[in-house]
Amino acid sequence: MILGYAGKFLEVNLSSGKIKETSFDDEILKDYVGGRGLAAKILWDRLSNKWERVDSLSSENILLFLTGPLTGYFPGGRICVSGKSPQSNGVVGSTVGGEFGVELRCAGYDGIIVTGASEKPVYLFVKDSDVEIRDASHIWGKDAKRTVTILTKECRELLKKRHPLYGEWKEPSLLYIGPAGENKVRTAVVAAKWSHAAGYGGYGAVMGSKKLKAIAVKGTGPLPDVADIRKVKRLIQVVNNNVYDNDLWRRWGTGSGGYEVGAKTSSEPVRNWQDEWHDEKSFGVDQFENRVWVKQYWSDFGCPTCCLKVAVVKSGKFKGAITDNPDYEMQAYLGPNLGIFTPEKNVFLSSLIDDLGLCGIQTGNVLGFAAELFQREILTKKDLEGIELKWGDAEAFSALIKKIAFREGIGNLLAEGTYRAALKIGKMKNVDVLPYAVQSKGIGIGAHGIRSGKDYPEIISYACSVQGGDHTSTAGLPLDSGGSELMEIFNDSGVYCNFNSFGIPRNLRFDFYEAVTGLKLTREEWCSSKALKILQLQRAMLLLGGPDLKWNPKIHDDNPFRFYEPLPSGPYKGKATDKTAVEEYKNRYYEAVGWDKNGIPKTEALQKLGLEEVNKTLEKLR
Amino acid sequence: MTTKKEPIWIARELSKCSGCRKCEIACSLFHEKRIWPEASRVRVFMLVPGAEFPHLCSQCEDYPCVKACPVKALSISKKTGAVLVKNKACIACGKCIDACPGRIPHMHPTEKHVVICDLCNGDPQCVKVCQEGGWNVLKKVSRGDRPFKLYARTPEEITRNLALKMYGDQAEEYL
Repeated sequence: MILGYAGKFLEVNLSSGKIKETSFDDEILKDYVGGRGLAAKILWDRLSNKWERVDSLSSENILLFLTGPLTGYFPGGRICVSGKSPQSNGVVGSTVGGEFGVELRCAGYDGIIVTGASEKPVYLFVKDSDVEIRDASHIWGKDAKRTVTILTKECRELLKKRHPLYGEWKEPSLLYIGPAGENKVRTAVVAAKWSHAAGYGGYGAVMGSKKLKAIAVKGTGPLPDVADIRKVKRLIQVVNNNVYDNDLWRRWGTGSGGYEVGAKTSSEPVRNWQDEWHDEKSFGVDQFENRVWVKQYWSDFGCPTCCLKVAVVKSGKFKGAITDNPDYEMQAYLGPNLGIFTPEKNVFLSSLIDDLGLCGIQTGNVLGFAAELFQREILTKKDLEGIELKWGDAEAFSALIKKIAFREGIGNLLAEGTYRAALKIGKMKNVDVLPYAVQSKGIGIGAHGIRSGKDYPEIISYACSVQGGDHTSTAGLPLDSGGSELMEIFNDSGVYCNFNSFGIPRNLRFDFYEAVTGLKLTREEWCSSKALKILQLQRAMLLLGGPDLKWNPKIHDDNPFRFYEPLPSGPYKGKATDKTAVEEYKNRYYEAVGWDKNGIPKTEALQKLGLEEVNKTLEKLR
Repeated sequence: MTTKKEPIWIARELSKCSGCRKCEIACSLFHEKRIWPEASRVRVFMLVPGAEFPHLCSQCEDYPCVKACPVKALSISKKTGAVLVKNKACIACGKCIDACPGRIPHMHPTEKHVVICDLCNGDPQCVKVCQEGGWNVLKKVSRGDRPFKLYARTPEEITRNLALKMYGDQAEEYL
């Protein structure tokens, strides 16, 4: 057994109610590490023979909750949620911060594999090796905060009853869905701690399709043994010191972005990306800090950064709204993207999104899309059942958010996410509305635009990513650089927070891996073979697609139409993405990762990586 | 860090806790040589998100836990003022937990004895990491003469106070 792993996985079949333990060969763990990498491997092995036919929201889909060997050791604990994505029909490694991954490893498991689907709402309760499927009918329909309150109490009472002499029990760690996940909304999240979410991928809908309301874990053991604990301690200190020296995200989280990404780099979605610049000082981080932040430093397990801040609206119309920060993505997507530049309105919408179990990015994306269609009089007040979806009207947007979460009326259509909704509305109205859909391969683009060229994503970052519009997994060259998707694959497979990896020495994460597992891994080996294998598996499944949608790289390995329109205002007014430059960069990228001119992984590239089976399966696409 | 005259105490400012749990990490690395949150002598409770706090021994003036121990497994360190557990003598009966006004001690998750903060023999590791990170929730001070028992409150009591302070009346819904 490799050090740094608990050594076993929990496998739960919700159709039969069977629970068993399973494990993977060392060779598989050496190659695919954990989290996102291992998810790609498990999904390929179990579903590739029928991938195109698997409906992501059917019982055939497999839902994965995977840690990695670095979870709990590398500062900033996370868990990776994956499966066949109801957004892209591919595989997204969607991570969420919190204590769940650490707690799971302390319970003796590296991950949970959920198959089948339950008939009735259930939740899974794991206390070390005691695992049970419990009735969740009393929490089905409950929002995030109520779900957390009820389950925290219920599980602590169970623990107390079963272990009366232990003393006071801490809360178990929870992952759960809100009403949106229950209603299989494609922009639904798997959530933690009221306001944390694994958003990209839409796995809340998968959890809902399996009638799995939540997982509660209490692990009482230590984290798995490591190869060199002294070295691990030293490396933790290096990561911490790097963060302590660099105060930006500690002090303001990403909350300074709501103003600055627009004002300084012109790369923030404004009114569904019709602009990316604004200079609205009402949206400055000082306004958030002084008006709504009640806790300046809020953190997940072992994290020195504390990029989260607890925000509460204590007076006025939106009194009672609670969320974290909002962080930059929520600020942007539920702020300027909707024409909103008031902190309280932004906290209000973010809190509502949390409560309903929606993704602020994907839902914000589809809300902006709908509002632009209203602006263009393609969607009318009648279509929206009386809602006047005007830019800046937080109450109008909140009404539509509720319709989406409960799939009511027009909400049922928008609950399909921007791309699918665009196809349907296009047919319904007989107008091509795809130009207003700012997404890539079914996944709305993260709130960092490319037109100004002043933000971190590059012109192929979203177009060529195996996770579409995911701003935390962007494609770029050179392959061994910080801007490469291969490095993000490492973060998501080791499973820790990428925010603590900015500015650390170049090879520290690989030294960390070695100190934990005892296995030597160089950056070169990672980028030239292991990460590439994971990338190819993700690419293969993305291209195989699903029963409702398939991607053609010639059409879909591209930016949203909007990114080719010139920026209408601000210091970078007139700048647009150069289509020729995109094509040229894309070709170089294809070459570097071993894809042919049509974007299909090449036979020789796959054979070199030992992926003969993938090669055979992709034959039908060539 | 400045040296404080012994015996010492850990002063606490709970509402500033970030919930980073670095105190649990440091404590378990020191006492167990590994990261082991449940075996940590200081435990961070999050019964309501946002209202995290470290729960640790406050060394009451009258040490009710020590008095309650039927097998004399608990003693008071002359040097630091900490409650020391003789692991071999402890019978894991839980009497000390019931005697503690804050129900602070808890059982070691795998060994048959209770765990209580021993102030790391005068150099508390939790304080170091909390100070180093600038949170300053925990601070080493000279013991002096304080109403120590005030700080021995149950997780429910502390959660209630912190949640109401943060969220106002609506916190009632989350308690």
